[in-house]
Amino acid sequence: MSFDLDQFHEAFFEESFEAIDGMEAALLKLDLGAPEPDLINTIFRTAHSIKGGSGMFGFNDIMSFTHTLETLLDELRGGNMDLKQSSIDLLLKSVDVLKGMLHAVQNKAAIDAQEVSDIQFELELVVAQGKKGSAAAAAAVPHAADKASALEPQVGAVPRWRIEFEPDAGFLAQGNDLLGIFTALEAFGTLVAELDATDLPDLEALDPERCFMRWQLELESDVSRDRIDEVFAWVADECLIRIESMPAAPDTAAEDSSLIEAVPTTKAAAASPVADDPVRTSSTPAGGDASSIRVSIEKIDELLNTVGEVVITQSMLSQMGEGLEGSVSERLRSGLSQLERHVRELQESVMRIRMLPISFVFSRFPRLVRDLSQQLGKKIDLKMTGEQTELDKTVLERVGDPLVHLVRNAVDHGIESTERRAASGKPKAGTVHLNAYHKGGAIIIEVSDDGAGLDRDRILAKAREKGLIDVDEAIAEDAIHDLMFLPGFSTAETTTDVSGRGVGMDVVKRNITELGGYIDVTSTPGQGSRFTINLPLTLAIVDGQSVAVGSETYIVPLVTIVESLQLGRGVSNRLVGQGEVFSFRGEYVPIVRLHELFDVAPRTRDLHEGLIMVVEGDGRKIGLFVDDLLGQQQVVIKSLETNYGRIGGISGATILGEGTVALILDVPGLIRLAADHLAAA
Amino acid sequence: MTAEAAAMVQEAVTQESQQVLTFTLGAESYGVDILRVQEIRGWTSVTRIPQAPEHVLGVLNLRGSIVPIIDLRRRFGIGEAAFTPLTVIIVLLVELPGGRREFGLVVDGVSDVVDITATNMKPPPEIGGRVDGAFLKGLATVSDAMVILLDVDTLISKEVALVAVEEQEH
Repeated sequence: MSFDLDQFHEAFFEESFEAIDGMEAALLKLDLGAPEPDLINTIFRTAHSIKGGSGMFGFNDIMSFTHTLETLLDELRGGNMDLKQSSIDLLLKSVDVLKGMLHAVQNKAAIDAQEVSDIQFELELVVAQGKKGSAAAAAAVPHAADKASALEPQVGAVPRWRIEFEPDAGFLAQGNDLLGIFTALEAFGTLVAELDATDLPDLEALDPERCFMRWQLELESDVSRDRIDEVFAWVADECLIRIESMPAAPDTAAEDSSLIEAVPTTKAAAASPVADDPVRTSSTPAGGDASSIRVSIEKIDELLNTVGEVVITQSMLSQMGEGLEGSVSERLRSGLSQLERHVRELQESVMRIRMLPISFVFSRFPRLVRDLSQQLGKKIDLKMTGEQTELDKTVLERVGDPLVHLVRNAVDHGIESTERRAASGKPKAGTVHLNAYHKGGAIIIEVSDDGAGLDRDRILAKAREKGLIDVDEAIAEDAIHDLMFLPGFSTAETTTDVSGRGVGMDVVKRNITELGGYIDVTSTPGQGSRFTINLPLTLAIVDGQSVAVGSETYIVPLVTIVESLQLGRGVSNRLVGQGEVFSFRGEYVPIVRLHELFDVAPRTRDLHEGLIMVVEGDGRKIGLFVDDLLGQQQVVIKSLETNYGRIGGISGATILGEGTVALILDVPGLIRLAADHLAAA
Repeated sequence: MTAEAAAMVQEAVTQESQQVLTFTLGAESYGVDILRVQEIRGWTSVTRIPQAPEHVLGVLNLRGSIVPIIDLRRRFGIGEAAFTPLTVIIVLLVELPGGRREFGLVVDGVSDVVDITATNMKPPPEIGGRVDGAFLKGLATVSDAMVILLDVDTLISKEVALVAVEEQEH
């Protein structure tokens, strides 16, 4: 009977990635001078559980690698090795390799074997070197000696084991085979057994089913401790066993000293390196908080759907209740208003399930800043506040990359070199500050630095050089910063590894805009700059304006709307090849008739009877011609792609109060669609 | 092991007989596997989708899920549908490689649920017609009338592919 293990793979990967993140965070917290045993234990346990999991699923490469990693960690944990900066660097590199391996296995891709074996070799080297430095000490500690024996086989003398074996009184009654144990031990080498029968009572008092004997055994054999443990594995609970290794030469003094250091635990027979860790029970268990459960996002969305339906039914009932009269209707109405309140609370609670603290994104930055500052030779303090601020999981996943870009920029371009900082009287270490907080219905994320600030003249010069603005075009002071969000703008003089790989601020801006948010920048020369990202709390809800075209209702996201207006007669013009345009605040804006674009029969085709809604997307404005404006409301966004597919100019759908579907307009997509439409006409 | 056995039993059962929901479309009678049918509901007006193929009428809200509705008459080219009180939407749930898909089919009226055995199911004749042969599972005779059995999995997956192509063109 074979299990289909595939279904557990995802859980393993998910847990492993989480565990690795934890491992990285713990590594960064390690203090060189006095490493906290708890932290090392945490790291060790993580490596150990990944090793166990990968072994179970047959990911042997990962298992072998984590085993090596574990060996080094075990040495650190046992205090056999001093923690050096180089070890931390190596461990961090190992974490990256491990992450890469897991990703590769998850995507069924090839593992970068060269990189893995390089790091693995380095790990082994560090373990071996650490050993050599303290070889004398290690030999004196019998606990470590059995592990060392594999690496440093002692030439000449045969190692000896001393075993104290004291069966419980009920040992024989349990049906244990005493003789079998001795035979098994004898098979390893020369066995000398010394019986201690002082507890043996007189013949009259003797209970033949009870055991009164104990033995001192001396085994001369190069067998490993594990093999001896195995012999006693079945009887470990019914006897007292002490196993010690003895120096090759029988020396009573040495024996005594080893006796004191002996590990008198029978449970060690389980042979798990974790099992003999005394701190284990007192520290937090790996695998996270027991008070949380793992739920698939689909289940939550299903719940959200159902709640959405309840909201619609409730609003339907409320409408019906309004029309009723009489004494009963009064009670019904108060019941309905209560229902409305509860349903709203329910909806909010379900929404909150999808919310996660932003620390999930922030947690990657200590490592990033550490690596970058080493690479660039700058001293940088990373300050993070508001890590517990919650936002929707989908937003969270997509805000990571833009933030990484901003932090990289702050470290690379924002913070000056140590010398320049010293020259301008600033503290040597630069500060990069990440901050998150809620404001209204939005989340604000700030990335600020205390560097040199943005160089306005250079930005202006660069924009002119790249032809983004005309040479003699005057730009308002506060508009200069916005230039760097234009596509094709990048001020990095040289393309470094850190920033300037062709991904510019325009991509950051686009990502943020796609999430329905916006980004601002403020900067003071000599004091630093601050990027402020304003994002909606969730992608599940959008503030929208309903508009009517014929019998259809569309939702326009409020953030895209510039202004709605009614055109006077004679203000619009037909341009050759450009369609209709009208003058809006000094610029000519093309008119897009939504009814033509979507092929709907409108109530009016006369521009003066309907309304023009000026909307903006991707830096372009259009005047959207619609029949009428209906109202503003928050709508729950539903995917059209689940059952159908993507539609140009439409970002999704929502369900209106009466249960019908309304499509939500994707303004940038709509502008592209209109351009295609015009070109085809 | 038990799952395999169960699958084999299931296979044997489906080989022997199959429950089919029959419906009318013009003069013809069609059938779909009842296990694919999610629900049957009366006709309500739909929300139009721009740039959609002609036979995709629009989308409906089905317990919070946005479901596209296909006019099967237009799809098969058998005249315009008149929406009467009898007009119904059969909502199908199919498992495709890309995930689950819900689709609604507009038909003239639902008739019956019948058992169709493997022996009275015949392969469709191989002559080109308006209905793509790939949609047809076979023809069956139910109380002296012919029922055209549709392969809804293929029908829906072609629909999905069609949307994907349109999307690329735009």
